[in-house]
Amino acid sequence: MISITGIELENPTILAAGIMGTTGASLVRVAKEGAGAIVSKSIGPEPKDGHSNPSMIDLGYGFLNAMGLPNPSYPDFKDELAVAKREADVPVVASIFGGTEEEFVEVALGLIDSNPDAFELNVSCPHALGYGASVGSNPDAVETITKAVCDAVDIPVWVKLTPNVTDIVAIGEAAQRGGADAVVAINTIKGMAIDINSGYPVLGNRFGGVSGAAVKPVALKCVYDLYNALEIPVIGVGGINTWEDAIEMIMAGASAVQIGSAVYQGLEIFSSVSTGIEIFISDRGYKGLSEIIGIAHERI
Amino acid sequence: MYPTDVRITKIIKETPSTRTFVFDRSFEEAIPGQFVMVWIRGVDEIPMTLSGSNSITVQRVGDATEKMFILEEGDRLGIRGPYGRGFTLPEIEEKILLIAGGVGAAPLSPLAEYASSAGICMNTILGARNTSELLFVDHFTSCGELHITTDDGSSHRCGFVTDVLADIDVSAYDRIYTCGPEMMMKCVHGMLEREDTLEKAEFSLHRYFKCGIGVCGACCMDREGLRVCKDGPVFSGIQLRDSEFGIYMRGPSGIKKPF
Repeated sequence: MISITGIELENPTILAAGIMGTTGASLVRVAKEGAGAIVSKSIGPEPKDGHSNPSMIDLGYGFLNAMGLPNPSYPDFKDELAVAKREADVPVVASIFGGTEEEFVEVALGLIDSNPDAFELNVSCPHALGYGASVGSNPDAVETITKAVCDAVDIPVWVKLTPNVTDIVAIGEAAQRGGADAVVAINTIKGMAIDINSGYPVLGNRFGGVSGAAVKPVALKCVYDLYNALEIPVIGVGGINTWEDAIEMIMAGASAVQIGSAVYQGLEIFSSVSTGIEIFISDRGYKGLSEIIGIAHERI
Repeated sequence: MYPTDVRITKIIKETPSTRTFVFDRSFEEAIPGQFVMVWIRGVDEIPMTLSGSNSITVQRVGDATEKMFILEEGDRLGIRGPYGRGFTLPEIEEKILLIAGGVGAAPLSPLAEYASSAGICMNTILGARNTSELLFVDHFTSCGELHITTDDGSSHRCGFVTDVLADIDVSAYDRIYTCGPEMMMKCVHGMLEREDTLEKAEFSLHRYFKCGIGVCGACCMDREGLRVCKDGPVFSGIQLRDSEFGIYMRGPSGIKKPF
């Protein structure tokens, strides 16, 4: 059992936003497969169909996607969130997005009656014009949005950060100043793929975000730097495919980890990673997970 | 993987609303019922079940399929796949029943081809709106009986595939495979449930796909959260019990659309 921002988790693996999170039933399924907590698809103020396909491809060394924040909007999602809350038996985090602080607050208040355990603010989607990283690369905007949501709700607020900035620590500090209870790092890294047979970019949106194994070293460095600079917990995400990857992320400073693209291998990923972490902790004689969080910072 | 570049070697006008596109690349490893993501460059990418190891059969239903209908022989497409769970192949000694409605005959065609080459006893119920929309009649005649129905009675028996099914002793079959409009399949499901034969039936479903590889969750069905692109598109009759099957599906945003 671990506690993060006052929420109790059976294990430190969390379903990342944007994966199997559009319906209550799919979130419940992931929880039953062993995730310690689940994060919904990012929900906004208006229904969005997302970008045209192809919206995701397997690169072999990672994935490239540009979904385009498809979501049914909060009035339509609140029942799905309620299903997840009622049946998942693990903490449920609602990922939300908007173009302004007013929109973020509108969505948060629109979902609050479904009793999410926390909100995760998506200020980091790399490929949705006017949303996500367009606001998340500006520290002032991140601080304002975080503060507005924190003032409006009385549950923990996590802020998911984009790595597509010169200094992610400056954005993390802005979230902390705004009152964030935790930061989540990282969202995907901007990227693209071009079909050499035709010259067309492969994604319908032309460019998108890279996830999976390829981004792990980048995520580790971001988590390492954020842990160093912030008082609030860091939740690590990016390229976790095995329990060893999760331990590495925790040693960099993550209090918990999120798993996204690795669902490609199968939903057993959550139980295999959490079991692996547990065995590692006990085999090495550590008293608990907290003993290795950020341990890399002490090894000089 | 990046989409595989294929050239369209042949376009066959099967019926007024369907065309078969034959590629210069064969997906021999594909199991009948599996699908590919078909990228019409600059337009969209859509899931299509293979109607042969090197072909798809497309019905004109929306923007992307409309664009496919202006393609010509020699044009190129990008293909990802084959993906998903296909039909459970019958054993040699098994007797099978195929139930196809409209363009639903396409995914069942490679299964019929397999059954025919393996010498498996196969009977088929094939339905369409009218005579001109009957698809792949000759693919289902190589062995066993073929029962044809048309909604308007323009040829053969007037009515629906379910009318024929009602006259058949389904207990005589070891496996039943069906693909067609969802409301047709829902009726078949209900009839087989009443006959207590759901465990030997398989249904090929259609939903809106985004990633196509079981990650994004756009095609998840209620109530078990089954991913149509990864856990399907072929499901057993048992899996579809108490599900959204035949009631609603979700559009690109995730909003429910009732049938």
